[in-house]
Amino acid sequence: MSADYLIKKRSNTLKVLLGLGFLSLAAAFITEYDPVTGLISGLDALRWVATNFYPNEQSLTRLPSIINRLRETVLMSIAATTVAAFSATFFALLGAQTTKVNDALRLMSRSVASFLRNIPAVAWAMILLFTFGQSSLTGFLALFFSTFGFLTRVFMETFDETTASSIEALTATGASYMQIIFQAVLPASLPQMISWMLYMVETNIRDATLLGILTGTGIGFSFALFYKSMNYHAASLVVIVIVVTILVIEYISNHIRRVIL
Amino acid sequence: MSLLTVKGVSKHYNERIVALSDVSFAIEPGEFVVIIGSSGAGKSTLLRCINRIVEVTSGVVTFDGLDVGSLDKRELRKMRTKVGMIFQHYNLVNRLCVLENVLHGRLGYKSTWAGALGIYSEEEKAQALRVLRLVGLEEQVYQRCDQLSGGQKQRVGIARALLQDPKLLLCDEPISSLDPNASKVIMDYLKKINTELGITCLVNLHQVHVALAYAERIIGVKRGRVVYDGLTEHLTAETIHDIYGSEAGDLLLGSGGNHVG
Repeated sequence: MSADYLIKKRSNTLKVLLGLGFLSLAAAFITEYDPVTGLISGLDALRWVATNFYPNEQSLTRLPSIINRLRETVLMSIAATTVAAFSATFFALLGAQTTKVNDALRLMSRSVASFLRNIPAVAWAMILLFTFGQSSLTGFLALFFSTFGFLTRVFMETFDETTASSIEALTATGASYMQIIFQAVLPASLPQMISWMLYMVETNIRDATLLGILTGTGIGFSFALFYKSMNYHAASLVVIVIVVTILVIEYISNHIRRVIL
Repeated sequence: MSLLTVKGVSKHYNERIVALSDVSFAIEPGEFVVIIGSSGAGKSTLLRCINRIVEVTSGVVTFDGLDVGSLDKRELRKMRTKVGMIFQHYNLVNRLCVLENVLHGRLGYKSTWAGALGIYSEEEKAQALRVLRLVGLEEQVYQRCDQLSGGQKQRVGIARALLQDPKLLLCDEPISSLDPNASKVIMDYLKKINTELGITCLVNLHQVHVALAYAERIIGVKRGRVVYDGLTEHLTAETIHDIYGSEAGDLLLGSGGNHVG
């Protein structure tokens, strides 16, 4: 009996693996993808990167303007995240089970958040481009909407997880809704909320870089500009600057997290 | 006149789950009454019906001459300030310090914004320190609550309730999360508060031996019904056996499960 079970389980695994293998082969056949050529061209690309894609002396003269653009991107990400966090706090209070005012507002807040969250920032940028054209505002709003949706969701969960018991206690003392929010819910949730905000700042700097290519602003625009004008040395400098920035931001936010949690 | 009367109170969470059915009793000022019953018997729901953290399905609760069910929001807050509550899991805001948690006991007396912003008068702070001395926590005033032991946390809970200047103290399984030593300390404090400050105490317990040691009067609850109400010395072994009947196992899965800590 048990031997049968194990044999059956193993044959199931085998079937799944064969199925996956077949799918990859079929996909490769349809798209006329040749793994060998793929591998070789990958190596070619690496060789090209090594010979062309590095900053040279001349590209370093572009550094001040790149840093300037980078500052624009970083500041926009931080602005979008903080504004979104502020609004998300309100919506999350209305949407969380423990802090809801009534069910109608809860449903409304949850649907708005989930609608905004499920459209990625890049899609927002494309939609907003029609209205606001290529400007920083498009990038800001695109980041704001997706961040707002995400933060509302995680703030709701934070409120529900961390505060149900102290809300009950403060209700029993005769405290009013506002008092409970400011004296129990927010103090208990703040470290986690800040931690999520820092995570969104990191994510948004990455996204802002991509968005910049679309909206013609920030560091993404610098990259697109240099790349299209075949100034690969300067373009590589942009990439290096972005990577360094993200590492630095991550280091800072990890440090902040350690202090507050 | 009785301080508290509960008359024909029933609570149905839905058609199948009946937490309380037709519960009636009266508590005189200065009494120390213990409610015993197995987990899920409806003890926690019963306490929460008194300060309307749980709304009754039918029946009348009268506290200090007020019909609790008919109070509007404002009157209810005012009434709750006179009823302190102590919880099995202490329900403190763990990230705040002892003093801040104790001062929460004043929120019901304050204007919404003064309370929300945590603006307390010197008189209130002095009173908080007095109460903390009373429960032996003068050394821990500025310590964060997540650094305290269980017994200390429960004493913060008691101090918070005392700062409300209550007429009635509702204690929901105050010692169920504590070791025997801390349990004794907490029960002794409750008894002391009752005899020295003259505050009426209504305590939920499931440890019969503790109830027998401390209570003047015992109310036995089984499956949401009062099956015994009388002096401690009149409680027979037979009645105790009846309250904690062999069906206790079934009861755990049944009524009031969401309030059993």
